[in-house]
Amino acid sequence: MRAQHRYCMQDPSLEVTDKLLLEQIQPGSRVLDLGCGDGRLLARLREERDASVLGIEIDITQHHAAIARGVPVIQADLDEGLLDIPDGAFDYVVLSQTLQQVLHPKQLLEEMVRVAKKALVVVPNFGNWRIRLQVLKQGRAPVTEVLPYEWYNTPNLHLMSMHDFQDLMRLLGIEILQEVPIINHQAVEKAWLANLRAQHVLYVLQRVEGPAELPASHHTSTGQSTPITH
Amino acid sequence: MATQQELSETRQDSGVGIVQTRLATLFAPPNWLKLAGGGELGPIQVAYETYGELTPAKDNAIFICHALTGDAHAAGYYEDDDEKAKPGWWDDLIGPGRTLDTDKYYVICANVLGGCQGTTGPGSINPETNQSYRLGFPFITVGDIVEVHSALTRHLGIEQLLAVIGGSLGGMQVLEWAARFPDQLRGAICLASAAQLSAQGIAFNAVGRRAIKTDPEFKDGEYETGAGPRYGLALARMIAHITYLSDQSIEMKFGRRLQDHDTFTYEMLPEVEFQVESYLHYQGKRFVERFDANSYLYLTRAMDYFDLVSQHGSLVNALGKTEARFLIASYDSDWLFTTSQSKELVRALIECGKHVSFIELKSPFGHDSFLIEIEQLNRMITPFLEQAYSTRLAESNRT
Repeated sequence: MRAQHRYCMQDPSLEVTDKLLLEQIQPGSRVLDLGCGDGRLLARLREERDASVLGIEIDITQHHAAIARGVPVIQADLDEGLLDIPDGAFDYVVLSQTLQQVLHPKQLLEEMVRVAKKALVVVPNFGNWRIRLQVLKQGRAPVTEVLPYEWYNTPNLHLMSMHDFQDLMRLLGIEILQEVPIINHQAVEKAWLANLRAQHVLYVLQRVEGPAELPASHHTSTGQSTPITH
Repeated sequence: MATQQELSETRQDSGVGIVQTRLATLFAPPNWLKLAGGGELGPIQVAYETYGELTPAKDNAIFICHALTGDAHAAGYYEDDDEKAKPGWWDDLIGPGRTLDTDKYYVICANVLGGCQGTTGPGSINPETNQSYRLGFPFITVGDIVEVHSALTRHLGIEQLLAVIGGSLGGMQVLEWAARFPDQLRGAICLASAAQLSAQGIAFNAVGRRAIKTDPEFKDGEYETGAGPRYGLALARMIAHITYLSDQSIEMKFGRRLQDHDTFTYEMLPEVEFQVESYLHYQGKRFVERFDANSYLYLTRAMDYFDLVSQHGSLVNALGKTEARFLIASYDSDWLFTTSQSKELVRALIECGKHVSFIELKSPFGHDSFLIEIEQLNRMITPFLEQAYSTRLAESNRT
């Protein structure tokens, strides 16, 4: 099997990303997790950060598993946007290891900064040197993550490097508040040659408010803005 | 043929076994119920059933709100049920080891105000005149229905319910409960329902009422008990029944199959040629045997009038006061109470920062799915209730 000879990007253990995300979130915040799975991260946020949480999950088994943890969860398809989430309803929105798999990453990012003050996004970095080398040497599409997907069945639809991501943020008028490269299971802030070395990156994002734009919470349809506690 | 005693013995061991409908008298004068539409009513008799045991802490009670034509008999059999009798209308959901686990929870179901299955309604005797109320019965709303349910709960010594659950008009009662008595429930399970009936729903109700009122036997509601607008009521049921199904479920169940012939008869007078016709006629006929036409008028109107948005200014105002956890589910094939209506509720609950879970369940059975797809409900509701209960126990241990 050709696929097995290829380099497979390490999956940052869930513990590493969970810990990083937990550290970012202020106690008492309201947090939305997109693709929350069984609600593992949200349950921790509630316990350890006294957060008020909500998950979005498409898979019914995972959805029910989140209910079993007492984590509130909405079944929805991220490819259809976040229509049911009012503007500015959350302090943080989290999207971990999923952006590269959605159909419309640009729209989703715009939605994320609409519904929350800060967006936390963890993405694989396809600018990593091993992937570059692999493409160069083998002349084949890169295969990443723990499973050796082929180009025709990979869930990773959109491959981006750190530079690519930064470009898109400039285009969307989204400010990158923080950029944390994850190199060999460790968060390395201000890493040297990050775009070559990082396997994954955590971004903390925020919409840059234009002067003419109303604050997000003034948008809400039913008249009352959400009380948000810090 | 099994004897009545044998029947009763086998049934004792399945689900909740043999049950009884009890009666409570509430709002005895001078403590009349003040009705939303003006006027007062009392005394009010309430027919209810309970399954399971109430704990000494009275912390394990779940209230079931039935839909438009349901009744208090949600589970089990009656002592004198014959062989053909079916168990209560949500029997598969209720009992030892079932979703509403009667080994753990105390389950209550009561017939609604304005109904005709034991609770005071237009067919009841007005104590002032010793005659049936008929159309002299006051207008009632979903709010009035919930006032009576809530009074029954307190009558049973329960301050706070672990959960209130219901589908369709039952789901509307759940929402009304959360808005009206925000501290009285910890969980709200709202299935195939909405904050208001759609214009389409009102339209179908209008046709049903028209069918009843234009039946010559209706006599402005003054028909004798046992008589009445049989054809009109059956027609109302046939129309409503179609709205509870989906094109897919009708197709699966009947398709274009003929009832008694292999080919068309080319005769105009016989009404039953297709199987689906036979089915609807049967549904209409059976309904007339158990339901009062005046009750049907009152309850469909209560449903039309229900509107949490106009009542409270906004859904956020209506649902913002309760700390209850919400579980909301719609069905993809339900065109009477659509997923977008459930999502409106979800959106408002997120906006006011409430604990809310939502799912659009997949089922071919249309609006009726919540009465049919029991295993699907079980997988979702069981963990929800377990969480609600363990949180409650943890809280009482802390204090």
